[in-house]
Amino acid sequence: MKYTSEHEYVKIEGDIGTIGISEHAQNQLGDIVFVELPEVGKSFSKGDEIAVIESVKAASELYAPISGIITQINEQLDIDPALVNSSPEDKGWIFKIKLSNASELDELMDEEAYASHIG
Amino acid sequence: MNNNQQLIKTSLYDLHIEHGARMVDFAGYELPIQYKSIVAEHNHTREQASLFDVSHMGQIIIKSEDFASTAKALEKIIPANIIDLKQGEMRYSTLLNENGGIIDDLIITRPTNEQATDGTIFIVVNGATKADDFKFIKENLTKEIEISFEKHKSLLALQGPKAASVLSRFSDIVEKLSFMQSDATSIKDIECNISRSGYTGEDGFEISLNDKDALKLAKVLLDEPEVEFAGLGARDSLRLEAGLCLYGHDMNEEIDPISASIIFAIGKQRRIEGGFIGEKKILQILKDGAKQKRVGIIFEGRMPVREGAKLVDEQGNEIGYITSGTFSPILQKPIAMGYLPIKRAKISTEITAIVRNKQVNGEIVKMPFVANNYYRGN
Repeated sequence: MKYTSEHEYVKIEGDIGTIGISEHAQNQLGDIVFVELPEVGKSFSKGDEIAVIESVKAASELYAPISGIITQINEQLDIDPALVNSSPEDKGWIFKIKLSNASELDELMDEEAYASHIG
Repeated sequence: MNNNQQLIKTSLYDLHIEHGARMVDFAGYELPIQYKSIVAEHNHTREQASLFDVSHMGQIIIKSEDFASTAKALEKIIPANIIDLKQGEMRYSTLLNENGGIIDDLIITRPTNEQATDGTIFIVVNGATKADDFKFIKENLTKEIEISFEKHKSLLALQGPKAASVLSRFSDIVEKLSFMQSDATSIKDIECNISRSGYTGEDGFEISLNDKDALKLAKVLLDEPEVEFAGLGARDSLRLEAGLCLYGHDMNEEIDPISASIIFAIGKQRRIEGGFIGEKKILQILKDGAKQKRVGIIFEGRMPVREGAKLVDEQGNEIGYITSGTFSPILQKPIAMGYLPIKRAKISTEITAIVRNKQVNGEIVKMPFVANNYYRGN
Protein backbone atom coordinates (compact mmCIF):
# COMPACT_ATOMS: atom_id res chain seq x y z
CA MET A 1 0.00 0.00 0.00
CA LYS A 2 1.30 3.44 -0.99
CA TYR A 3 0.00 6.87 -0.05
CA THR A 4 -0.04 10.42 -1.40
CA SER A 5 0.37 13.53 0.72
CA GLU A 6 -3.29 14.22 -0.18
CA HIS A 7 -4.29 11.13 1.85
CA GLU A 8 -5.13 8.82 -1.03
CA TYR A 9 -3.88 5.26 -1.07
CA VAL A 10 -2.87 3.10 -4.03
CA LYS A 11 -2.96 -0.67 -3.64
CA ILE A 12 -1.00 -2.31 -6.47
CA GLU A 13 -1.89 -5.68 -8.00
CA GLY A 14 0.00 -6.28 -11.25
CA ASP A 15 -0.54 -3.16 -13.38
CA ILE A 16 -3.80 -2.23 -11.64
CA GLY A 17 -3.93 0.26 -8.79
CA THR A 18 -6.92 0.35 -6.43
CA ILE A 19 -7.43 3.85 -5.10
CA GLY A 20 -9.31 5.24 -2.14
CA ILE A 21 -8.78 7.55 0.81
CA SER A 22 -6.94 6.71 4.01
CA GLU A 23 -8.45 6.02 7.41
CA HIS A 24 -7.06 9.37 8.52
CA ALA A 25 -8.76 11.17 5.59
CA GLN A 26 -12.18 9.62 6.16
CA ASN A 27 -11.96 10.60 9.80
CA GLN A 28 -11.10 14.19 8.86
CA LEU A 29 -13.92 14.43 6.29
CA GLY A 30 -16.61 13.04 8.59
CA ASP A 31 -19.85 11.51 7.38
CA ILE A 32 -19.60 10.91 3.64
CA VAL A 33 -22.93 11.25 1.84
CA PHE A 34 -21.96 11.09 -1.83
CA VAL A 35 -19.05 10.09 -4.02
CA GLU A 36 -18.90 11.33 -7.59
CA LEU A 37 -17.14 8.53 -9.44
CA PRO A 38 -15.11 8.82 -12.66
CA GLU A 39 -16.17 7.09 -15.89
CA VAL A 40 -14.77 3.68 -16.69
CA GLY A 41 -12.50 3.87 -19.74
CA LYS A 42 -11.51 7.48 -19.20
CA SER A 43 -7.82 8.26 -18.88
CA PHE A 44 -6.31 10.65 -16.37
CA SER A 45 -2.90 12.16 -15.80
CA LYS A 46 -1.41 12.31 -12.38
CA GLY A 47 -2.84 15.33 -10.52
CA ASP A 48 -6.09 15.56 -12.53
CA GLU A 49 -9.30 15.95 -10.57
CA ILE A 50 -10.78 12.47 -10.77
CA ALA A 51 -13.57 12.17 -8.18
CA VAL A 52 -15.39 14.25 -5.59
CA ILE A 53 -16.20 13.16 -2.06
CA GLU A 54 -19.04 14.99 -0.38
CA SER A 55 -19.46 15.00 3.37
CA VAL A 56 -22.36 16.66 5.18
CA LYS A 57 -20.26 19.80 5.48
CA ALA A 58 -18.28 20.13 2.25
CA ALA A 59 -17.15 18.76 -1.10
CA SER A 60 -13.54 17.55 -1.42
CA GLU A 61 -11.83 16.82 -4.72
CA LEU A 62 -9.80 13.69 -5.24
CA TYR A 63 -6.81 14.01 -7.57
CA ALA A 64 -5.36 11.13 -9.59
CA PRO A 65 -2.36 9.88 -7.60
CA ILE A 66 -1.02 8.14 -10.72
CA SER A 67 -1.71 8.32 -14.46
CA GLY A 68 -3.77 5.69 -16.23
CA ILE A 69 -7.15 4.46 -17.47
CA ILE A 70 -10.10 3.77 -15.17
CA THR A 71 -10.89 0.05 -15.32
CA GLN A 72 -13.49 -0.21 -12.58
CA ILE A 73 -15.43 1.98 -10.15
CA ASN A 74 -16.97 0.97 -6.84
CA GLU A 75 -20.66 1.13 -7.70
CA GLN A 76 -21.55 0.11 -4.14
CA LEU A 77 -20.72 3.70 -3.18
CA ASP A 78 -23.75 4.94 -5.15
CA ILE A 79 -25.93 3.02 -2.71
CA ASP A 80 -23.81 3.29 0.43
CA PRO A 81 -21.20 6.07 0.31
CA ALA A 82 -20.64 5.65 4.05
CA LEU A 83 -18.53 2.58 3.18
CA VAL A 84 -15.74 5.09 2.69
CA ASN A 85 -16.09 5.91 6.40
CA SER A 86 -16.58 2.42 7.73
CA SER A 87 -14.07 0.60 5.53
CA PRO A 88 -11.92 3.13 3.64
CA GLU A 89 -9.07 0.82 2.73
CA ASP A 90 -11.20 -2.21 1.87
CA LYS A 91 -14.93 -2.09 0.97
CA GLY A 92 -14.80 1.67 0.55
CA TRP A 93 -12.29 1.67 -2.32
CA ILE A 94 -13.23 4.23 -4.99
CA PHE A 95 -11.80 3.26 -8.38
CA LYS A 96 -9.24 1.03 -10.10
CA ILE A 97 -6.80 2.39 -12.62
CA LYS A 98 -4.52 0.68 -15.16
CA LEU A 99 -1.12 2.28 -14.69
CA SER A 100 0.35 4.04 -17.68
CA ASN A 101 3.56 5.03 -15.94
CA ALA A 102 4.66 2.63 -13.20
CA SER A 103 7.61 4.85 -12.26
CA GLU A 104 5.14 7.31 -10.71
CA LEU A 105 4.71 4.81 -7.88
CA ASP A 106 8.20 5.65 -6.68
CA GLU A 107 7.03 9.15 -5.81
CA LEU A 108 4.41 7.85 -3.39
CA MET A 109 4.93 7.30 0.34
CA ASP A 110 5.12 3.91 1.96
CA GLU A 111 3.09 3.23 5.10
CA GLU A 112 5.83 4.35 7.43
CA ALA A 113 6.42 7.64 5.61
CA TYR A 114 2.67 8.27 5.47
CA ALA A 115 2.29 7.57 9.19
CA SER A 116 4.90 10.22 9.96
CA HIS A 117 3.29 12.58 7.39
CA ILE A 118 -0.02 12.56 9.31
CA GLY A 119 1.85 12.69 12.60
CA MET B 1 -12.51 37.95 12.14
CA ASN B 2 -8.93 39.04 12.44
CA ASN B 3 -6.51 36.10 12.47
CA ASN B 4 -4.31 37.77 15.03
CA GLN B 5 -7.18 37.95 17.41
CA GLN B 6 -7.20 35.27 20.07
CA LEU B 7 -10.15 32.91 19.68
CA ILE B 8 -12.49 33.01 22.64
CA LYS B 9 -13.03 29.81 24.58
CA THR B 10 -16.45 29.21 26.11
CA SER B 11 -16.90 27.91 29.65
CA LEU B 12 -17.40 24.41 28.23
CA TYR B 13 -14.18 24.35 26.21
CA ASP B 14 -12.44 21.66 28.29
CA LEU B 15 -15.61 19.57 28.38
CA HIS B 16 -15.87 19.70 24.58
CA ILE B 17 -12.29 18.50 24.25
CA GLU B 18 -12.94 15.76 26.81
CA HIS B 19 -15.85 14.60 24.63
CA GLY B 20 -13.62 14.37 21.56
CA ALA B 21 -14.82 17.57 19.89
CA ARG B 22 -13.24 18.86 16.71
CA MET B 23 -12.99 22.60 17.34
CA VAL B 24 -13.31 25.32 14.70
CA ASP B 25 -13.15 29.09 14.57
CA PHE B 26 -16.74 30.30 14.50
CA ALA B 27 -17.56 33.98 14.93
CA GLY B 28 -14.29 34.47 16.80
CA TYR B 29 -14.99 31.59 19.18
CA GLU B 30 -13.45 28.18 19.37
CA LEU B 31 -16.49 25.92 19.12
CA PRO B 32 -17.14 22.23 18.37
CA ILE B 33 -18.10 21.49 14.76
CA GLN B 34 -18.66 17.86 15.69
CA TYR B 35 -17.80 15.23 18.28
CA LYS B 36 -17.92 11.78 16.66
CA SER B 37 -20.27 12.27 13.72
CA ILE B 38 -22.48 15.07 12.42
CA VAL B 39 -25.06 12.60 11.12
CA ALA B 40 -25.18 10.68 14.42
CA GLU B 41 -25.56 13.95 16.35
CA HIS B 42 -28.24 15.09 13.91
CA ASN B 43 -30.24 11.89 14.27
CA HIS B 44 -29.80 11.87 18.03
CA THR B 45 -31.34 15.36 18.16
CA ARG B 46 -34.34 14.18 16.13
CA GLU B 47 -34.82 11.11 18.33
CA GLN B 48 -33.58 11.98 21.82
CA ALA B 49 -32.06 15.23 23.13
CA SER B 50 -28.83 17.05 22.29
CA LEU B 51 -26.90 19.70 24.14
CA PHE B 52 -25.44 22.56 22.08
CA ASP B 53 -23.04 25.21 23.35
CA VAL B 54 -24.16 28.43 21.65
CA SER B 55 -22.43 30.80 24.04
CA HIS B 56 -21.01 32.75 21.08
CA MET B 57 -24.43 34.28 20.51
CA GLY B 58 -24.97 37.84 21.66
CA GLN B 59 -27.17 38.38 24.69
CA ILE B 60 -28.18 42.02 24.91
CA ILE B 61 -30.33 43.76 27.51
CA ILE B 62 -32.14 47.03 27.00
CA LYS B 63 -34.09 48.68 29.76
CA SER B 64 -35.85 51.71 31.11
CA GLU B 65 -38.26 52.45 33.96
CA ASP B 66 -41.26 50.87 32.27
CA PHE B 67 -41.97 48.33 29.59
CA ALA B 68 -43.95 50.65 27.31
CA SER B 69 -41.00 53.06 26.98
CA THR B 70 -38.50 50.30 26.21
CA ALA B 71 -40.88 48.58 23.79
CA LYS B 72 -41.65 51.82 21.93
CA ALA B 73 -37.97 52.65 21.64
CA LEU B 74 -37.25 49.20 20.20
CA GLU B 75 -40.20 49.42 17.83
CA LYS B 76 -38.61 52.53 16.33
CA ILE B 77 -35.78 50.23 15.25
CA ILE B 78 -37.21 46.82 14.44
CA PRO B 79 -40.38 45.85 12.54
CA ALA B 80 -41.87 43.45 15.11
CA ASN B 81 -44.79 44.26 17.30
CA ILE B 82 -43.14 44.56 20.73
CA ILE B 83 -45.67 46.54 22.73
CA ASP B 84 -48.16 43.64 22.57
CA LEU B 85 -45.72 41.16 24.11
CA LYS B 86 -46.89 39.70 27.39
CA GLN B 87 -44.40 38.90 30.13
CA GLY B 88 -42.55 35.73 29.25
CA GLU B 89 -43.32 35.96 25.52
CA MET B 90 -40.71 35.86 22.75
CA ARG B 91 -40.74 37.09 19.19
CA TYR B 92 -38.56 36.59 16.12
CA SER B 93 -37.57 39.66 14.12
CA THR B 94 -34.82 41.39 12.17
CA LEU B 95 -32.63 44.45 12.23
CA LEU B 96 -33.00 46.28 8.93
CA ASN B 97 -31.01 48.93 7.15
CA GLU B 98 -32.63 51.94 5.46
CA ASN B 99 -33.08 49.89 2.28
CA GLY B 100 -35.00 47.20 4.15
CA GLY B 101 -32.00 44.82 3.90
CA ILE B 102 -31.43 42.46 6.80
CA ILE B 103 -28.57 43.40 9.13
CA ASP B 104 -29.31 40.42 11.39
CA ASP B 105 -32.12 38.29 12.72
CA LEU B 106 -32.86 38.18 16.41
CA ILE B 107 -35.14 37.01 19.18
CA ILE B 108 -36.83 39.48 21.51
CA THR B 109 -38.04 38.40 24.96
CA ARG B 110 -40.18 40.34 27.38
CA PRO B 111 -39.03 38.80 30.66
CA THR B 112 -41.27 37.81 33.54
CA ASN B 113 -40.95 39.55 36.91
CA GLU B 114 -38.88 36.56 38.04
CA GLN B 115 -36.37 37.23 35.26
CA ALA B 116 -35.98 41.01 35.36
CA THR B 117 -37.67 44.30 36.17
CA ASP B 118 -40.57 45.11 33.90
CA GLY B 119 -38.83 47.78 31.83
CA THR B 120 -36.34 45.19 30.56
CA ILE B 121 -36.19 43.46 27.17
CA PHE B 122 -33.79 40.63 26.28
CA ILE B 123 -32.39 40.43 22.77
CA VAL B 124 -30.42 37.49 21.38
CA VAL B 125 -28.47 38.07 18.16
CA ASN B 126 -25.99 36.09 16.05
CA GLY B 127 -22.43 35.71 17.31
CA ALA B 128 -20.66 36.94 14.19
CA THR B 129 -22.72 40.13 14.05
CA LYS B 130 -23.18 40.91 17.73
CA ALA B 131 -20.72 43.80 18.03
CA ASP B 132 -22.19 45.60 15.01
CA ASP B 133 -25.73 44.84 16.14
CA PHE B 134 -25.05 46.28 19.58
CA LYS B 135 -23.66 49.45 18.07
CA PHE B 136 -26.56 49.75 15.66
CA ILE B 137 -29.19 49.30 18.36
CA LYS B 138 -27.41 51.65 20.72
CA GLU B 139 -27.13 54.39 18.08
CA ASN B 140 -30.80 54.15 17.30
CA LEU B 141 -32.20 53.90 20.81
CA THR B 142 -33.50 57.00 22.53
CA LYS B 143 -31.17 58.29 25.24
CA GLU B 144 -33.22 57.20 28.24
CA ILE B 145 -32.95 53.51 27.29
CA GLU B 146 -29.96 51.69 28.75
CA ILE B 147 -28.25 49.00 26.72
CA SER B 148 -25.69 46.43 27.81
CA PHE B 149 -24.17 43.11 26.81
CA GLU B 150 -24.54 40.11 29.09
CA LYS B 151 -20.78 39.66 29.11
CA HIS B 152 -20.58 36.82 31.59
CA LYS B 153 -23.39 34.60 30.41
CA SER B 154 -23.33 31.31 28.56
CA LEU B 155 -26.09 30.00 26.34
CA LEU B 156 -26.84 26.30 26.12
CA ALA B 157 -29.52 24.70 23.97
CA LEU B 158 -31.17 21.41 24.86
CA GLN B 159 -33.02 20.24 21.77
CA GLY B 160 -35.02 17.18 20.83
CA PRO B 161 -38.22 15.26 21.60
CA LYS B 162 -36.82 14.13 24.98
CA ALA B 163 -35.66 17.61 26.04
CA ALA B 164 -38.85 18.36 27.98
CA SER B 165 -38.87 15.12 29.94
CA VAL B 166 -35.18 15.55 30.78
CA LEU B 167 -35.60 19.12 32.03
CA SER B 168 -38.75 18.32 33.96
CA ARG B 169 -36.66 16.10 36.26
CA PHE B 170 -34.97 19.27 37.53
CA SER B 171 -37.56 22.01 37.24
CA ASP B 172 -41.34 22.38 37.10
CA ILE B 173 -40.92 25.24 34.63
CA VAL B 174 -41.26 22.91 31.66
CA GLU B 175 -45.01 22.39 32.00
CA LYS B 176 -45.55 26.17 32.19
CA LEU B 177 -43.74 27.00 28.96
CA SER B 178 -45.00 26.68 25.40
CA PHE B 179 -42.99 27.37 22.25
CA MET B 180 -41.55 30.92 22.33
CA GLN B 181 -42.11 31.47 26.04
CA SER B 182 -39.50 32.17 28.68
CA ASP B 183 -39.12 32.23 32.46
CA ALA B 184 -36.59 31.97 35.28
CA THR B 185 -35.94 28.78 37.18
CA SER B 186 -33.20 27.01 39.05
CA ILE B 187 -31.71 23.66 38.19
CA LYS B 188 -29.70 22.04 40.99
CA ASP B 189 -29.49 25.50 42.61
CA ILE B 190 -28.20 27.08 39.38
CA GLU B 191 -30.15 30.15 38.38
CA CYS B 192 -31.20 30.07 34.73
CA ASN B 193 -33.38 31.85 32.24
CA ILE B 194 -35.09 29.18 30.20
CA SER B 195 -36.83 29.71 26.88
CA ARG B 196 -38.77 27.09 24.96
CA SER B 197 -37.12 27.81 21.65
CA GLY B 198 -34.26 26.71 19.44
CA TYR B 199 -32.82 26.29 15.98
CA THR B 200 -33.46 22.64 15.18
CA GLY B 201 -37.20 22.40 14.48
CA GLU B 202 -37.56 20.21 17.56
CA ASP B 203 -39.14 20.96 20.89
CA GLY B 204 -36.41 22.26 23.12
CA PHE B 205 -35.00 24.90 25.39
CA GLU B 206 -32.37 27.60 25.38
CA ILE B 207 -30.79 28.16 28.75
CA SER B 208 -29.03 31.39 29.63
CA LEU B 209 -26.92 31.25 32.77
CA ASN B 210 -23.80 32.66 34.37
CA ASP B 211 -20.54 31.46 32.83
CA LYS B 212 -19.39 30.13 36.20
CA ASP B 213 -22.36 27.72 36.34
CA ALA B 214 -22.32 26.54 32.72
CA LEU B 215 -19.96 23.61 33.20
CA LYS B 216 -21.95 22.27 36.15
CA LEU B 217 -25.26 22.50 34.30
CA ALA B 218 -23.83 20.89 31.15
CA LYS B 219 -22.59 17.95 33.23
CA VAL B 220 -25.95 17.60 34.98
CA LEU B 221 -27.74 17.44 31.63
CA LEU B 222 -25.17 15.16 29.95
CA ASP B 223 -25.55 12.74 32.86
CA GLU B 224 -29.11 12.07 31.75
CA PRO B 225 -29.27 8.97 29.52
CA GLU B 226 -31.09 10.74 26.64
CA VAL B 227 -28.63 13.64 26.35
CA GLU B 228 -25.52 13.82 24.15
CA PHE B 229 -23.45 16.75 22.93
CA ALA B 230 -24.05 17.96 19.38
CA GLY B 231 -21.90 20.41 17.44
CA LEU B 232 -22.29 23.21 14.93
CA GLY B 233 -22.32 20.76 12.01
CA ALA B 234 -25.50 19.09 13.24
CA ARG B 235 -26.92 22.47 14.20
CA ASP B 236 -26.59 23.55 10.56
CA SER B 237 -28.12 20.43 9.01
CA LEU B 238 -30.93 20.46 11.59
CA ARG B 239 -31.85 24.10 10.95
CA LEU B 240 -31.77 23.46 7.22
CA GLU B 241 -34.21 20.53 7.52
CA ALA B 242 -36.34 22.82 9.68
CA GLY B 243 -36.34 25.44 6.90
CA LEU B 244 -34.74 28.06 9.14
CA CYS B 245 -32.58 30.84 7.68
CA LEU B 246 -28.93 31.28 8.56
CA TYR B 247 -27.72 34.86 8.61
CA GLY B 248 -24.91 35.62 6.17
CA HIS B 249 -26.06 32.78 3.94
CA ASP B 250 -29.84 32.76 3.39
CA MET B 251 -30.15 36.42 4.21
CA ASN B 252 -27.93 39.47 4.19
CA GLU B 253 -28.02 43.23 3.85
CA GLU B 254 -29.13 42.99 0.21
CA ILE B 255 -32.18 40.90 1.06
CA ASP B 256 -35.39 42.11 2.71
CA PRO B 257 -37.59 39.95 5.00
CA ILE B 258 -40.36 39.61 2.40
CA SER B 259 -37.98 38.16 -0.19
CA ALA B 260 -36.44 35.99 2.54
CA SER B 261 -39.91 34.49 3.19
CA ILE B 262 -39.83 35.64 6.82
CA ILE B 263 -42.62 38.19 6.60
CA PHE B 264 -43.66 37.02 10.10
CA ALA B 265 -40.67 39.03 11.34
CA ILE B 266 -42.77 42.11 10.58
CA GLY B 267 -45.77 42.69 12.87
CA LYS B 268 -49.18 42.75 11.14
CA GLN B 269 -50.06 46.26 12.27
CA ARG B 270 -46.57 47.48 11.45
CA ARG B 271 -46.93 46.35 7.83
CA ILE B 272 -49.54 49.09 7.57
CA GLU B 273 -48.15 51.74 9.93
CA GLY B 274 -44.39 51.40 9.51
CA GLY B 275 -42.39 53.42 12.01
CA PHE B 276 -39.20 51.28 11.98
CA ILE B 277 -35.85 51.58 10.23
CA GLY B 278 -36.29 50.62 6.58
CA GLU B 279 -40.05 51.24 6.69
CA LYS B 280 -40.23 53.11 3.39
CA LYS B 281 -38.70 50.32 1.39
CA ILE B 282 -40.53 47.56 3.27
CA LEU B 283 -43.96 49.17 2.81
CA GLN B 284 -43.14 49.64 -0.87
CA ILE B 285 -42.20 45.98 -1.28
CA LEU B 286 -45.33 44.92 0.59
CA LYS B 287 -47.35 47.00 -1.88
CA ASP B 288 -45.56 46.01 -5.08
CA GLY B 289 -44.55 42.49 -4.07
CA ALA B 290 -41.01 41.13 -3.80
CA LYS B 291 -39.07 40.42 -6.99
CA GLN B 292 -37.47 37.26 -5.66
CA LYS B 293 -38.22 34.74 -2.98
CA ARG B 294 -36.41 32.23 -0.78
CA VAL B 295 -37.62 28.72 -1.57
CA GLY B 296 -36.86 25.18 -0.47
CA ILE B 297 -35.70 22.64 -3.07
CA ILE B 298 -35.31 18.87 -2.90
CA PHE B 299 -32.91 17.50 -5.52
CA GLU B 300 -32.79 14.09 -7.17
CA GLY B 301 -30.02 11.63 -6.40
CA ARG B 302 -27.59 12.03 -3.52
CA MET B 303 -25.26 14.84 -4.58
CA PRO B 304 -25.54 17.85 -2.25
CA VAL B 305 -26.28 21.16 -3.97
CA ARG B 306 -24.55 23.78 -1.87
CA GLU B 307 -24.28 27.53 -1.36
CA GLY B 308 -23.25 29.30 -4.54
CA ALA B 309 -24.70 26.77 -7.01
CA LYS B 310 -26.59 28.44 -9.85
CA LEU B 311 -30.24 27.78 -10.65
CA VAL B 312 -31.05 27.83 -14.36
CA ASP B 313 -34.09 27.86 -16.65
CA GLU B 314 -34.81 25.47 -19.53
CA GLN B 315 -32.41 27.38 -21.79
CA GLY B 316 -29.64 27.24 -19.22
CA ASN B 317 -29.90 30.92 -18.29
CA GLU B 318 -29.05 31.72 -14.70
CA ILE B 319 -32.22 32.74 -12.86
CA GLY B 320 -31.33 32.12 -9.22
CA TYR B 321 -28.86 30.72 -6.74
CA ILE B 322 -28.52 28.42 -3.76
CA THR B 323 -27.77 29.95 -0.36
CA SER B 324 -27.51 26.77 1.78
CA GLY B 325 -27.64 23.09 0.98
CA THR B 326 -26.75 19.73 2.40
CA PHE B 327 -27.70 16.07 2.31
CA SER B 328 -30.67 15.63 4.65
CA PRO B 329 -29.95 12.81 7.10
CA ILE B 330 -33.68 12.35 7.73
CA LEU B 331 -34.98 12.50 4.15
CA GLN B 332 -31.82 10.90 2.68
CA LYS B 333 -32.03 13.44 -0.13
CA PRO B 334 -30.19 16.64 -1.01
CA ILE B 335 -32.08 19.66 0.35
CA ALA B 336 -31.33 23.31 -0.27
CA MET B 337 -32.60 26.86 0.06
CA GLY B 338 -32.17 29.44 -2.62
CA TYR B 339 -33.56 32.49 -4.32
CA LEU B 340 -35.69 32.53 -7.47
CA PRO B 341 -37.75 35.19 -9.27
CA ILE B 342 -41.30 35.23 -7.86
CA LYS B 343 -42.76 33.82 -11.08
CA ARG B 344 -40.45 30.81 -10.87
CA ALA B 345 -40.85 30.25 -7.15
CA LYS B 346 -44.12 28.31 -7.02
CA ILE B 347 -44.30 25.13 -4.93
CA SER B 348 -44.10 21.90 -6.97
CA THR B 349 -42.33 23.44 -9.97
CA GLU B 350 -39.20 21.84 -11.31
CA ILE B 351 -35.88 23.61 -11.15
CA THR B 352 -32.37 22.78 -12.30
CA ALA B 353 -29.14 23.54 -10.49
CA ILE B 354 -25.60 23.42 -11.88
CA VAL B 355 -23.00 21.61 -9.81
CA ARG B 356 -19.49 21.16 -11.23
CA ASN B 357 -20.89 21.86 -14.72
CA LYS B 358 -23.53 19.15 -14.39
CA GLN B 359 -27.28 19.64 -14.26
CA VAL B 360 -29.13 18.43 -11.17
CA ASN B 361 -32.91 18.35 -11.24
CA GLY B 362 -35.00 19.32 -8.28
CA GLU B 363 -38.43 20.41 -7.21
CA ILE B 364 -39.50 23.44 -5.21
CA VAL B 365 -41.17 22.25 -2.01
CA LYS B 366 -42.87 23.77 0.98
CA MET B 367 -40.63 24.22 3.99
CA PRO B 368 -39.88 22.90 6.56
CA PHE B 369 -38.36 19.89 4.81
CA VAL B 370 -38.85 17.87 8.01
CA ALA B 371 -41.99 18.64 10.03
CA ASN B 372 -41.23 20.69 13.10
CA ASN B 373 -42.07 19.45 16.52
CA TYR B 374 -42.63 22.62 18.54
CA TYR B 375 -44.66 22.38 21.72
CA ARG B 376 -47.62 24.70 21.37
CA GLY B 377 -49.71 23.17 24.17
CA ASN B 378 -50.87 25.05 27.26
